[in-house]
Amino acid sequence: MGAGHAVLHLDRVSPVHRLAPEVKIAAVLLFTIIVVVTPRTEFWAFGGYAVLLAVVAVVARVPALWLARRATIELPFVLLAVALPFAGQGERVDWLGLSLSVDGLHGAWNIFAKGTLGVLASLLLAATTTMRDLILGLDRLRCPTVFTQIATFMLRYLDVLADDARRMRIARLARGYDPRFLWQVKAFAVSVGALFLRAYERGERVYLAMVSRGYAGRLPHDEAARAPVGQWMAAAVLPIATGGIALAAALGS
Amino acid sequence: METTAMHIANGIVDGPVSAVFAVLAVAALAFCVRKARNDLDERLAPMAGLVAAFIFAVQMLNFQVLPGVSGHLLGGTLAVILVGPWVGALCVSTVLIVQCLLFADGGLTALGLNITNMALLGTAAGYLLVAGLLRVLPRNARGLAATAFIASVVSVVVASQGFVLEYALGGTTELSLPWVSGTLAGVHALIGIGEGLIAATTVATVARVRPDLVYALRRFRQPIVVGTKVNA
Repeated sequence: MGAGHAVLHLDRVSPVHRLAPEVKIAAVLLFTIIVVVTPRTEFWAFGGYAVLLAVVAVVARVPALWLARRATIELPFVLLAVALPFAGQGERVDWLGLSLSVDGLHGAWNIFAKGTLGVLASLLLAATTTMRDLILGLDRLRCPTVFTQIATFMLRYLDVLADDARRMRIARLARGYDPRFLWQVKAFAVSVGALFLRAYERGERVYLAMVSRGYAGRLPHDEAARAPVGQWMAAAVLPIATGGIALAAALGS
Repeated sequence: METTAMHIANGIVDGPVSAVFAVLAVAALAFCVRKARNDLDERLAPMAGLVAAFIFAVQMLNFQVLPGVSGHLLGGTLAVILVGPWVGALCVSTVLIVQCLLFADGGLTALGLNITNMALLGTAAGYLLVAGLLRVLPRNARGLAATAFIASVVSVVVASQGFVLEYALGGTTELSLPWVSGTLAGVHALIGIGEGLIAATTVATVARVRPDLVYALRRFRQPIVVGTKVNA
């Protein structure tokens, strides 16, 4: 796997890393669904969810700083959230001389809390699972082969594209090309079609070689290697605890 | 990879509406999977993977259009021209699913919304335009480039308006819809121009060198008649 692949994967040894991918995908999906359906005014429930994720992060040995840095992907939507109290309609409150919309404030909190929890859960999944395992997990969760096939080739071709782009850039440099920013853009625009074709033809050869060696839409893997019940039980702790908090919040209010 | 791309996150649109769109997306994709089975031959399978990788790569290019508002290319039209509507929709959805699972871009529960906008609405609009325009424009590299450009601009704007519709149905806060709609349309018209240029150059090169790879030109291909009688 090339350098571009392992962006979000943290190679560690931990109980979470050892779990089968399909188990983790199911747990993250259930967790996120529960978070999203939780009413936004149940403030302490969101605190509980955050604690659960923190426990998972500690068990998975994912550093908090690493998570925080990757979570900045969410920033554009947080900016939208900041605008909401000012732009929202309905009842308004005064705070530090600013007139804020109550609905907008709740909306901002809603986006911030649910968005952040979702991003953190996905990041934990990505940090503890390699790309290949994720596709294998989707395959075991009965995801149609067309998808896993496209995804497999996509990940493979990302490397081919990056490599060919690098080769073409070196070829340009070798011919006395001056790579300053704006010129870089022009060369990129001119060569994007050529890059596509070169990558395709390289990929086509790889594909035909795979087909002639018996590839029929799925990479070979051990059919019997299903996740044991114990792993499902271990992973189920997260959604069950989340559900418990949501239930307690619903009953308490 | 410190990109600031973000699809619809969890909690922007409420649960019931997200669920409805998730069901809609699953149903539409199941239909695409059935249709795609006939299309996916030894030429299209690697092409679909490459188109997906290409879309993945261009979706990382972010245009800072307005302060705080950035958008990125969608690639739906490119996919439609090169691999057809069914496989094209699947390519874009695969990109969205992988981005959601691996790069935490876009909420897991908002996946149905994101797929509806970008993979279904965007590619459908792109496909209808491509099919229509290719009837009137010349079916060569230049005509195909013009088609790709126009269809890209329209499909990106249509996809952005999908978000407005979803927000109108299940937005978690009150925002004035004309304002949201106008801002998004303006931003995405600019993005569409960037996307159109990339799609047009790519498609034109492919059409010039390997016209056999362009799905949109398949229908117009003349079958080669072998063994016609030559009258001496």
